[in-house]
Amino acid sequence: MIAETTHGSLTFSTIEPGSGLDAALKRPPADALRRIESSGLRGRGGAGFPTSLKWDLAIKSPGEYKYVICNADEGEPGTFKDRVILSDFADLVFEGMTIGAFVIGAKHGIVYLRGEYAYLRAHLETVLRRRRAQNLLGKKIRGQDGFDFDIEIRMGAGAYVCGEETALIESLEGQRGEPRNRPPFPIDTGYLGNPTIVNNVETFAWVVCILAKGAKWFKEIGTKKSTGLKLFSVSGDCRKPGVYEFPMGITVAKLLEEVGGEGAKAVQVGGAAGQCVPASQFDRSIAFEDVPTGGSIIVFGPQRDMLRVAENFLEFFADESCGQCTPCRYGTPKLIEGVKMLQQGRCSMQYLHELCSLGETMQLASKCGLGQMAPNAFLSIVDHFQDEILGRAGRG
Amino acid sequence: MLVTEQERLRDDLVKMADRFGRDRSALMPILQELKRTRYHISEYSMQVIADLLDIHPVEVSSVVSFYSFLEDKPQGQFVIRLCRTIACDMRGADHVARQLVNDLGIEFGETTPDGKFTLGWANCLGMCDQGPAMLVNEKVYTQVTPEKVHAILDECRGTFGMHATADKER
Ligand SMILES: Cc1cc2nc3c(=O)[nH]c(=O)nc-3n(C[C@H](O)[C@H](O)[C@H](O)COP(=O)(O)O)c2cc1C
Ligand code: SF4
Ligand code: FES
Repeated sequence: MIAETTHGSLTFSTIEPGSGLDAALKRPPADALRRIESSGLRGRGGAGFPTSLKWDLAIKSPGEYKYVICNADEGEPGTFKDRVILSDFADLVFEGMTIGAFVIGAKHGIVYLRGEYAYLRAHLETVLRRRRAQNLLGKKIRGQDGFDFDIEIRMGAGAYVCGEETALIESLEGQRGEPRNRPPFPIDTGYLGNPTIVNNVETFAWVVCILAKGAKWFKEIGTKKSTGLKLFSVSGDCRKPGVYEFPMGITVAKLLEEVGGEGAKAVQVGGAAGQCVPASQFDRSIAFEDVPTGGSIIVFGPQRDMLRVAENFLEFFADESCGQCTPCRYGTPKLIEGVKMLQQGRCSMQYLHELCSLGETMQLASKCGLGQMAPNAFLSIVDHFQDEILGRAGRG
Repeated sequence: MLVTEQERLRDDLVKMADRFGRDRSALMPILQELKRTRYHISEYSMQVIADLLDIHPVEVSSVVSFYSFLEDKPQGQFVIRLCRTIACDMRGADHVARQLVNDLGIEFGETTPDGKFTLGWANCLGMCDQGPAMLVNEKVYTQVTPEKVHAILDECRGTFGMHATADKER
């Protein structure tokens, strides 16, 4: 369908649909959970929460109806690997959800697909129908008495904040997509008040690989705290943009070499919500314990104006803020004003400091991750590119 | 005349409620289906939906106003959304934007007088490696250049009948 630019062979293409689920069903649910635990898998959506821990909490949370939700809202600027997974490996995503259902005891699964990806829906429905026909979904899955589970697809409607798990649930419940206070977490009071696991598209796909290929295989790749492989969405100033599979812990320099981005002056890791890594720090590694990411890598070549980058990200957050809390609603526009002053060469050092402390306040005082992360790119650009952004001649 | 149109709309909405349910969680699917088939979520339709789901109309309009894909203004038959986020910006989305404005004769946020096109912005469409990217209804265009804009608009004008949906063959 859409010209995919996938580089190298992806582990996902070596996994036979059904193999992960069959491996899980051979033994009791607790065993599958143990294997995910020993693989060290952490959420691929960005925050890196240990997947087995989330599932375990949902097991322990009392409730007759439990839900498995796949977060396919993929709205982080620079991220498109979930789109590729859904187009090419939808089976693995549904299978990971089915394993999740088996582990926590859920009957109902929902894929929350961003409105921008509506063109994927027909394909996903086709795969769902086939899996039902193969008894990989539906009643008595693979002949297991009492294991009934099915998946429904629900559409988002163009709101980045709905990728935040509690906003996503609000949206599914027919409300405005405004994040809730956490705790309580979805594992206790999720969809319609029931215990719910929300995981990223890629997380579910790795669950299948781990069950099919073994926890040991996964654990031996990557770093101690960030095990396994990860898909990266690479865009910007490089010769070979696209989706890549790399081990966790890869250095920024090594990654740039692979994608044809040598000579970059900075790399934005983790999307608009992430941080801007300058060339002097390209030896840092991409892992939860160093520079974390949901997979978004945007390369900036030597000619890029970093203020324009900061401005573009801030405008994104101003546009996507749900407006519920003050630091985020008023803070972001204030930072944009500051960027405009910098562009015009009218910003004093003292005012720049004030802007930075406003940014830090937003990080602490905003209600959800959006407002907490909105100033990140601005702060890291101010931090690393002062010579470039201060004392401009002014553009008018 | 007007009454029959309203009755038809009402019938459609009742069918949607039968299909998606009458719980609050059916609200988004109903609104999305309404928008997909009629390009417009009117005051009247919000009133009917509120009745069907037994909630206050304000609840419905508050949800509609939250989501950028659920507009309460009438939309063109083709809603164009050009990505303005960084990766596309770096690949020249501003030139594509200019050309869209020139070829359509409207600004961003406007609808052509013939009701064919609405022009707007989108944030990252998940096509960053192939930007500039643009959505036309549910169809995505990548590596859009100013020269290609004309052909894309022509393709829409030539689409027989109504809505070009996501008939993306695999
Ligand atoms: C503003 C905001 C947007 C988010 N968007 C997404 C998203 O598009 N996809 C996603 O998987 N997680 C997103 N998250 C993270 C989710 O809240 C949640 O942590 C994640 O779905 C958990 O899945 P994982 O543990 O498998 O990564 C977002 C968080 C915030 C604060
Ligand atoms: S931080 Fe921003 S997006 Fe999050 S709840 Fe507050 S206003 Fe809404
Ligand atoms: S930045 Fe335009 S599609 Fe991602």
